[in-house]
Amino acid sequence: MRPGASNRRLWFAALALAIAATPAAAETIQVTIDKLVFSPATVEAKVGDTIEWVNKDVFAHTATVKGGWEVMIPPKKSASLTLKVAGAVDYFCRFHPNMKGRLVVAP
Amino acid sequence: MLVRHTATLAALLLLGAAPLAQAADKPTDPQIAHIAYTAGVLDVEAAKQALETSKNKEVLDFANDMVRDHEAVNVQALDLVKKLKVTPEDNATSKALTKAAAEERAKLATLKGAAFDKAYVDNEVAYHKQVNGALETLLIPSASNAELKSLLETGLKIFQGHEQHAEHVAGMLK
Ligand SMILES: [Cu+2]
Repeated sequence: MRPGASNRRLWFAALALAIAATPAAAETIQVTIDKLVFSPATVEAKVGDTIEWVNKDVFAHTATVKGGWEVMIPPKKSASLTLKVAGAVDYFCRFHPNMKGRLVVAP
Repeated sequence: MLVRHTATLAALLLLGAAPLAQAADKPTDPQIAHIAYTAGVLDVEAAKQALETSKNKEVLDFANDMVRDHEAVNVQALDLVKKLKVTPEDNATSKALTKAAAEERAKLATLKGAAFDKAYVDNEVAYHKQVNGALETLLIPSASNAELKSLLETGLKIFQGHEQHAEHVAGMLK
């Protein structure tokens, strides 16, 4: 065995451990809006993740939580929200309350 | 089928007085395009009356939403009829809708303040309900072109959304 090889193996082991111990990196999760439908309708995410709504319609929509936050999503544009609170929330579009979605946010 | 169409049209024409027998025939695509387009234009006109008259923020916001959405749908409708080389054709249902809207506009013109707001929003609920019924039971099933049918289906979801939105605003005015 060449000198340094076992050292390198140790390094790999340490690196693998470090990756395993680090909480999963924050992700961006897309929700598409097409013909007044949020899809997927339910998204599972975790605190720190970002939800990005991609509006394919020529209509403005919102993602609104009753008594909570609201994201405006202009026609043919995207809008994002970074999740800060764990829990499940239902949201709807304030302009078209028949549009509904749900976020299930893990801590 | 015919019975259902007749019932729908009877509902559709409740506010108007177009000849029912003539309108009860299954509409053609050019007529359907005309009805859908007219329904949008009439709601935009009603919204513009509200924008000139109302001082209530909820009502003004709602009216602006109606102008924005119905104009967007109608831009798509015009693009589609151009693409399909269809010329929208006036018909008894369009005429009945237009006549009913003119009467409603005249009625609203005599009102102001909270009385206007309530009458406008209540009529928006009723109007969207009426158009939704026509879309669901008559216009969408009668449309033969697939793209027209698809646009009407999107239109139905928009109108259903507006109906719920109008109901919400009506609830806030109480
Ligand atoms: Cu919407």
